[in-house]
Amino acid sequence: MQGKMAIVGDGDSITVFKAAGVSAYPVEDEKKARETIRKIAKDYKIIFLTENLARQLADFLRRFDEEPYPVVLSIPSADGGSGYGNEILKKAMERALGVDILFHD
Amino acid sequence: MARLNVNPTRMELKKLKGRLATAVRGHKLLKDKSDEMIRRFTLLLRETKTLRDEVEKDLSATLRQFSLARSLTPAHVAEAAFAMPSVSVTVDCETDSIMGIDVPKLAIASSQRVKGLPYAYAEMTGEADYSVEMVEGLLPKMIALAQSEKAVRMLASEIERNKRRVNALEYVMIPQLQETIKYIKDKLDENERAAVVRLMKVKSKA
Repeated sequence: MQGKMAIVGDGDSITVFKAAGVSAYPVEDEKKARETIRKIAKDYKIIFLTENLARQLADFLRRFDEEPYPVVLSIPSADGGSGYGNEILKKAMERALGVDILFHD
Repeated sequence: MARLNVNPTRMELKKLKGRLATAVRGHKLLKDKSDEMIRRFTLLLRETKTLRDEVEKDLSATLRQFSLARSLTPAHVAEAAFAMPSVSVTVDCETDSIMGIDVPKLAIASSQRVKGLPYAYAEMTGEADYSVEMVEGLLPKMIALAQSEKAVRMLASEIERNKRRVNALEYVMIPQLQETIKYIKDKLDENERAAVVRLMKVKSKA
């Protein structure tokens, strides 16, 4: 099975991914992002999403946790990471283990 | 603990004993499964964490650089420059099984690329070239991260579900069965004693 990749994000910097063969979908806000993801979820296997949008859409994105595809991955945007990626890991760790084995804070 | 609502008969006793045996065996199996899942989860979690740190560090820098490069070019020119991608990357999407959960397994299948950048050198500043190159270099890592982070999330929810199952068996199902079995045994013993006494009474009268 073969699939394509897409990136959904705010800001113009995501267009650079186009040069690497990833379709880029610039969106302005959370609502647009939700619509876009809903629309493209079937066509793409991997969807990259910028962090601040991923944070706002956390509840919506949870539905993708049940099936292997599509994979939605949050990535930091141009103005630096906000640590949301680590937050996701931390949450998963807390759910599964109940103890902190990575971050120690 | 509430006992089950069953008739205290030998038939029921036999049935319940069978159910108890199954429940105990299932509980042990699920507990073992949970242990193994947690072991795998910790390994995967560490791996994901290192990947995540690497990707975040490189990607922010790349995107920042590209932002700069873009700001040096008029917006419509930049838009046009990136309108035609020179590469088409497809990803091989298989599923892998970790403890019976289907997790994605990704690999870059083919990147048929035309050598060089998707735009003419005159269109964009040289800064953009670096960021395009860096993004291309980063993509395999991002895919690896996508794969392992998804696995972490799926595994976490599966561990949670499994934990609930184990607890339900350990604290509800098994005690309930044990109590009901004890109740039926007591009742049957009581009946037997009653029968013996009745017989003795009948005999002493005769």
